[in-house]
Amino acid sequence: MLKIGVLALQGAVREHVAAIEASGAEAVAVKRVDELANLDGLVMPGGESTAMRRLIDKYHFLEPLKKFAQNKPVFGTCAGLILMAKRIQGQDSAHLELIDMTVERNAFGRQVDSFEADLMIHGVGEDYTGVFIRAPFIVEVGPEVEILSKHNDRIVAAKQGHFLCAAFHPELTDDYRLHQYFVKMVQSAKEVVA
Amino acid sequence: MLKTGTERVKRGMAEMQKGGVIMDVVNAEQARIAEAAGAVAVMALERVPSDIRAAGGVARMADPTITEEVLNAVSIPVMAKARIGHIVEARVLEAMGVDYIDESEVLTPADEVFHLLKSDYTVPFVCGARDLGEASRRIAEGASMLRTKGEPGTGNIVEAVRHMRMIQGQIRKVVAMSEDELMTEAKNLGAPFEVLLQIKKAGKLPVVNFAAGGIATPADAALMMELGADGVFVGSGIFKSENPEKFARAIVEATTHYQDYKLIAELSKGLGTAMKGIDISTLAHGERMQERGW
Repeated sequence: MLKIGVLALQGAVREHVAAIEASGAEAVAVKRVDELANLDGLVMPGGESTAMRRLIDKYHFLEPLKKFAQNKPVFGTCAGLILMAKRIQGQDSAHLELIDMTVERNAFGRQVDSFEADLMIHGVGEDYTGVFIRAPFIVEVGPEVEILSKHNDRIVAAKQGHFLCAAFHPELTDDYRLHQYFVKMVQSAKEVVA
Repeated sequence: MLKTGTERVKRGMAEMQKGGVIMDVVNAEQARIAEAAGAVAVMALERVPSDIRAAGGVARMADPTITEEVLNAVSIPVMAKARIGHIVEARVLEAMGVDYIDESEVLTPADEVFHLLKSDYTVPFVCGARDLGEASRRIAEGASMLRTKGEPGTGNIVEAVRHMRMIQGQIRKVVAMSEDELMTEAKNLGAPFEVLLQIKKAGKLPVVNFAAGGIATPADAALMMELGADGVFVGSGIFKSENPEKFARAIVEATTHYQDYKLIAELSKGLGTAMKGIDISTLAHGERMQERGW
């Protein structure tokens, strides 16, 4: 069975674990660097990106995560998407710099502006409910990046090679199509290596 | 179709705070220290609970200047407190763009009979609870997040422990009950039947439940996580300690790694004196904030 980790420093870990398990893979909460070993893929959950980054630095997760991402699939939602971006608007430095894109934090406004909207996600399906909470969006992407979904002309889901990201929270609904999509990405990455 | 203020969006916001620490701050400088230390949100206040306790008199919503200053200082969510039942304070905070409102017993209640109908608002609310009856009533009114009441501003963890153990024990009891026993349990707890039914089916509360009220050390924060809290609020503990920056970081790390006791030992070294603390038995009933709320 595929083994997929969920970075468990802070945020909606339990929901991702449940969604991964419902999508037919084994889920592991990752709190320490050594727990990255033997994983086939990793989810970076929603939460507060500044708080997560501080804990990533504190526990020397940054380099091990970048190394993990060299050949293993990573899926980031909301704060996880911010951690994966190469560029963050208004900031001099980014975090893991995995996906060639520029993101804007809290781009839809404050919590009172948080919303649900119906999305069309390429390769995943229509009538997908996106739950956006103080969400970021993707301002622009490089040529290697495939845009999977837009909301009002703003990019809210994308894929680059074995990296997947969403500005919304698939883990807060019981629609597991996006997690199933990621599990398939993990499956094919594993087959390529084998 | 775009929908704001839905139950999922309001409760989801609290889900994103899980495993984190929410810190009380009284100005922009403290807010920035909290954010840099890894807080997942800050609570903007005019005075921290221990100072409210010392000052006496009527405690109200903070001066909007302070709330605004904090809103502008950090990118993490900003919470603020409204008095229990004070519809206008809550609407003012919502209009200011505060991310979460705490309908809080730390302030002097504006209504001694009714709480806010929180489902009416676009902004989400957190409320305090001492037992499952109180927790369920707040959920039915529309609270999107709960916290233990504890006894704020005392630096004494005993009441938060009591409330967390009480709620967790009562949840276990409800989950184990057969459905035909639930109505009587609802009557005994003073809890809406529908909320108990939901808890029974899900095996847990439908909203996130943080610990609050008396957390003064990293070990206190870890203890509350051990007892089943989803995260912690630290009020007077941080900025009333000798070295707030170090203290704030230590609390954040102890909350993340609450079962890593060697780490907590390291974190607890040389933190300086924690806030002094008050023995609950020395507080007269009128001085106990936890008894506010109905």
